[in-house]
Amino acid sequence: MIAVQQATPIPDPLSVPANAPEHCPGTESELAGKADACAGCANQEICASGVAKGPDPALPFVRERMSTVKRKILVLSGKGGVGKSTFTAQLGWAFAADETLQTGIMDVDICGPSIPTILGIASEQVHASSSGWSPVYVQDNLGVMSVGFMLPSSKDAVMWRGPKKNGLISQFLKDVDWGELDYLVIDTPPGTSDEHLSIVTYLKESGIDGAVVITTPQEVALQDVRREIDFCRKVGIPVIGLVENMSGFVCPSCKHESQIFKPSTGGGRRLAQDMGVDFLGAVPLDPRIGKSADYGVSFLDEYPDSPASIAYLDIIDKIRLKLGD
Amino acid sequence: MASPEDTPVGRRLQLVKHIIIVCSGKGGVGKSSVSTQLALCLRATSPTARVGILDVDLTGPSIPRMLGLDSHPVHQSSDGWVPVYADGSEARLSCMSVGFLLKRKEDSVVWRGPKKNAMIRQFLSDVRWGELDYLVIDTPPGTSDEHLSLVEHMAPVRSRISAVIVTTPQAVALLDAMKCLSFTRATSIPVLGLVENMSGYVCPCCGEITNVFSTEGGEEMARREGLQFLGSLPVDTELVSLLDAAEPDDQASNAVLAEGGSPHSFRLLELYEKTSTAPLFRAIVERIMNGLSAAESRE
Repeated sequence: MIAVQQATPIPDPLSVPANAPEHCPGTESELAGKADACAGCANQEICASGVAKGPDPALPFVRERMSTVKRKILVLSGKGGVGKSTFTAQLGWAFAADETLQTGIMDVDICGPSIPTILGIASEQVHASSSGWSPVYVQDNLGVMSVGFMLPSSKDAVMWRGPKKNGLISQFLKDVDWGELDYLVIDTPPGTSDEHLSIVTYLKESGIDGAVVITTPQEVALQDVRREIDFCRKVGIPVIGLVENMSGFVCPSCKHESQIFKPSTGGGRRLAQDMGVDFLGAVPLDPRIGKSADYGVSFLDEYPDSPASIAYLDIIDKIRLKLGD
Repeated sequence: MASPEDTPVGRRLQLVKHIIIVCSGKGGVGKSSVSTQLALCLRATSPTARVGILDVDLTGPSIPRMLGLDSHPVHQSSDGWVPVYADGSEARLSCMSVGFLLKRKEDSVVWRGPKKNAMIRQFLSDVRWGELDYLVIDTPPGTSDEHLSLVEHMAPVRSRISAVIVTTPQAVALLDAMKCLSFTRATSIPVLGLVENMSGYVCPCCGEITNVFSTEGGEEMARREGLQFLGSLPVDTELVSLLDAAEPDDQASNAVLAEGGSPHSFRLLELYEKTSTAPLFRAIVERIMNGLSAAESRE
């Protein structure tokens, strides 16, 4: 075992790094050693010479750690607040319902981690052992890692630029004692930036099995999702399919269905067609989904009869089918 | 010796009276829709008010769509980039977004921090903002590169910056709003107040109000943190559709409108004022303006 010889101390996300200038462009960057911020940095010469540009030294450790993970699934969306974390949690719970499977959830949304709250483990902490950082377990076969477990208080903001986020993500992949996993579901922040590039770079060798892209029906969201699918193509991640969330709302009083976010341009179904990706299904808006997330309970277990649960399970079956499991 | 005001950004923003940053921590809570409404309402506060809106959400720009300005190009002039005017020849509502610089709508901007930082600096220093009463800045979710860059580049105009925080009522969003508040405190930006968005949905069929994303969380948080509560906005499907409908008329007229004055944006404002959210938002803007003038008189 070379990956982790001794316990890697758990970083304090609020600390300021001692030796990197605030705007360090990252040693991999083309600007390494040449950016304004590099002036005066002790490592400037090394960076500028291009020596540091080689492959990230973390890569072999990531590959080693990920060799025991069978399936790696990304949950993406260009837009925020469309239900990525909620979907990730449902997917995790659904996989973990099978007691013979081991599932992990990794939350790489560094600035706005929601996974701990949604899974009801917000007050937990990460512990370091000789085999790495132990994930927080929701149940025996569902381990979770998020920056949320490392903050002294939920109020604290992680004000980090890209290179530090990149560093933490590499640690999540190489220093966390994931063990043998059947599925690793990775929840991402909105956009197509540092976190996304980092995860793709680190998992390039181990391979990402695919991405589930989440959207809501209105064009403002679809615009961002188009960009996200474009991103997946640019970096070569297979798209498992598109999920339309918050699609239609059934009034609890009169049972009449209305569209809160109108699909003015055809919604997710049309987008999937246009971009040539599979449409996995539409999940109606159920106020109890948000409630369950706030209380940290599994919506699928609490309200198995809700049309939203049925839609979720149907989508999850399709994902399994597409992965060939 | 150069005065602290004497940076390209400082010079460019010299004639901007108030800078309002709209932020939230969480994505999809309505930052862009609040920014758009704020800009529209501020423009309507007086017949001469000049408002700018800058979209620094580089990987997911929504402002062009919301103002009906999709695929408008940005022009260069000897005095810098010319912003896109949402109200055509009247030129009282100027707008800048990375969305105007993309060739195709599905093009993704896959940038790491340093490139985002450079783009934001250019938006602040190279755009011909001119004289503005208000510059509304729409931000991406989180507290990362874009936010740090904004605060840093705007250091010369610090005293004119304030923030509005947008949240939805559920706990998951409030948690991120708290992080956003911690950010404004760490960077000592005064907060004008908190807007609670998507607070309740009125069934169009029976009129029953459902709290789709719970309720009153925002007001509660404002009270606890000693913030001004600016108001709550229910989900308004009319508004969603209005801001979502790209080119309001047909495509053909849009090309013509791009040339001279675009009567559309007046239409956008006219249509907006008919929505049920508009009067609620006017009250919010009034509170924001009171906050700004109170801050001024303290100086």
